[in-house]
Amino acid sequence: MRPLDEKETTAVFEKLFKFTGPNLKHIVERPATEGPDDAPGRYCFRLHKNRVYYASESIIRRATNISRDRLVSIGTCIGKYTNSGVFRLTIQSLDLLAAHARHKVWLKPTAELSFLYGNAVLKGGLARITDNTHAGDGVVVYSMADVPLGFGVAARSTQDCRKADANAIVVNHQADVGEYLRNEEEL
Amino acid sequence: MAKKQQKGGQREEKKKYNLSSKGPEDDLLGVVSDTEEVDEDESQASDIEDDQSESEVSSDGDPFADDFLRDGDEEGRDDSGLESDESDLEAKSRAIDEAKAIALVEAEEELKLNIKEESDEFRLPTKEELENEAKQPPNLQSLQRRIKEISRVLSNFKSLRQENTSRKEYLEQLKADLCSYYGYNEFLIGSFMEIFPVVELVELLEALEKNRPETLRANTLKTRRRDLAAVLLNRGVNLDAIGKWSKVGLVVYDSQVPIGATPEIMAGHYMRQGASSFLPVMALAPQEKERIVDMAAAPGGKTTYIAALMKNTGIIYANEFKEKRLKSLTANIHRMGVTNTVVCNYDGKELPRILGSKSVDRVLLDAPCSGTGIIWNEPSVKTSKAIEDIRNCAFLQKQLILAAIDLVDANSKSGGFIVYSTCSMMVEENEAVIDYALKKRDVQVVPCGLDFGRPGFIRFREHRFHVSLEKTRRFYPHVNNMDGFFVAKLKKRSNSKLVTTEPSKASEEAGEGMDVENDLNEKTIKVSKMAMKQQNNEASKSSTLSDGKVTIQKKFVNVKQHKFKSVQKNIRKRNSRPAGSNQSNGKEYDKRSLGNAKKKRKFPSREEISQAREEKRKALKKQKV
Repeated sequence: MRPLDEKETTAVFEKLFKFTGPNLKHIVERPATEGPDDAPGRYCFRLHKNRVYYASESIIRRATNISRDRLVSIGTCIGKYTNSGVFRLTIQSLDLLAAHARHKVWLKPTAELSFLYGNAVLKGGLARITDNTHAGDGVVVYSMADVPLGFGVAARSTQDCRKADANAIVVNHQADVGEYLRNEEEL
Repeated sequence: MAKKQQKGGQREEKKKYNLSSKGPEDDLLGVVSDTEEVDEDESQASDIEDDQSESEVSSDGDPFADDFLRDGDEEGRDDSGLESDESDLEAKSRAIDEAKAIALVEAEEELKLNIKEESDEFRLPTKEELENEAKQPPNLQSLQRRIKEISRVLSNFKSLRQENTSRKEYLEQLKADLCSYYGYNEFLIGSFMEIFPVVELVELLEALEKNRPETLRANTLKTRRRDLAAVLLNRGVNLDAIGKWSKVGLVVYDSQVPIGATPEIMAGHYMRQGASSFLPVMALAPQEKERIVDMAAAPGGKTTYIAALMKNTGIIYANEFKEKRLKSLTANIHRMGVTNTVVCNYDGKELPRILGSKSVDRVLLDAPCSGTGIIWNEPSVKTSKAIEDIRNCAFLQKQLILAAIDLVDANSKSGGFIVYSTCSMMVEENEAVIDYALKKRDVQVVPCGLDFGRPGFIRFREHRFHVSLEKTRRFYPHVNNMDGFFVAKLKKRSNSKLVTTEPSKASEEAGEGMDVENDLNEKTIKVSKMAMKQQNNEASKSSTLSDGKVTIQKKFVNVKQHKFKSVQKNIRKRNSRPAGSNQSNGKEYDKRSLGNAKKKRKFPSREEISQAREEKRKALKKQKV
């Protein structure tokens, strides 16, 4: 487990910025209630076996005496580095993203299942979308009951979505909660 | 018609005569005394009602003549004179009524005769019958009948037993029948028979044949139970709250959608969990901002429940030994939105060394066990367990519970508790392990906080456990409708380690104790004291141990090896540590004085120790031969 270096930090923050925009500050500077200490600490990022973890300082401090090959997870894993060196956000970061997301998309009940299987969101399944979404922005996908289902990248801006026909892709899939059942090994 | 009328009249006369003579003897057994009258009654009855065909006196052939003759022989002529005056109809109806009454009486008597015969009828099958049965495929119905019969006999053994058969023979037959009817191996049925009386045993086996009830736990970090229930009801799940004892549990009766694949479960709103898995966490009662260790955490149901109770404050160390199960543990932790957990992959026995002893507030040990309580999930357990499996599990559990106790800080502000639970009903894995812990560490059993379930055993066959074991709880499928489970809550009183003051305790326990102690890195003087005691006792014990039992021999050898190591370690430790520096906090005066006294003793050198060992081995071999 080690802190992220410059390059890694920029890579992670870039990905997060797509979803949160200026709210990124909140992610980094949130008071952390985890840990047995009374005073709330701060959250940090750590790299361990090609995965990036987001946890509060007191938890990280207490995990330092666990040896590297025996440590499995600290706090929340938010993403991993693939073999080619690219950082991707994984589904476990959903709670964090959903709490700070700027752009959101709501799905109709009929389209939920399709998204949970890993398909992209089509215009026909789109119920609501936040205004001012531009193409290429990160969006968090919700069900009509405001349950976060996953996240992706907007393929079109809000205006274009209105004009698009029913089978056009509006959100490209990146991660969904169905992966907990489909892809447990990969997480 | 004329015949009948005449018969009726004659019968009437006979009956009057017979009934009057029989007056006081009308109940039942009086019939047997007068056979003549019985025959007559039967013949009369058979003429009237065709059903009763038991009369041996045939009155069909020339009944006119027979009756006439009989009448002439037996009855006085005065009677016949009187009755000829009455109307035929009345005579007929009276005759019919009386015949019916006699028929009723006879029927009752027959029934009682039959019952008497049947109750004596159940006999244990003879050897030939058993051999025949063994050749054919098992006849389930006859097996079931025999099981019921034997249960009945055993419940009222004095009156219902067969002559010259002991209780043991009945039990043996019952055991064999239960094994073949339910598909268990002999060992498991035998163990259950030791724990449960016969009637309850059958109930238990029946309950284990059914499916485990499907239960869910609402994740309070993300939702509330009533909201979740509403959503699932909308999806078509037929569910209900699990009971008064839990605020987060739901039981699912049936469902139109797969309960394991709803968007809600994927979003982490609930977790599929057995009802019994709620109990150890409820007993643990973790508080916010505490440090908790879950020593056998996979797949993570209990860990996530603990985090929910703590509202993601404090820290949880979730440890899991098997690598393959780590994936599901981490996935569940992330899915349920738990952020205060560190997952590691250690052997539970090493945790005190890694995390530091006396470093956490509470520990949950849901120990790996033989799984006899979850047979309805895992039918293979029925045939795969033997006494060795139970003993191995018990050994591992004893080591783990000592490690768990060592992790806890007795002086913690809000904690100092260890909860030990297994999904097994065997006494060796449950009460015996807690009893062992009570002897080895300064802990006491406290009430679990669960007001249902049966108290644990204090006495079991030849074992006598500490009285406080009444506060542990046992749960059964046929009583509580959940897995067979055992929960015990211990409070650590102080951080010192106790010495077994009974040198006469079986060398097994001492041997195990030595193994345990040497894995942990706590070098107290008391370990060496035990070692010295054992060495001194060895000479006396070597003679008693030459029974030729392999297991004891092995442990004897282990004990020797570990003793050697421990003595070595203690020599080195003593040389390195200055006098009087002890790590533990509790009342240490005894230790210190002992320690000072100890230092005066001289330890034998390595060569001397190995020589002594060789000599003892030779002596044992001689005695064996």
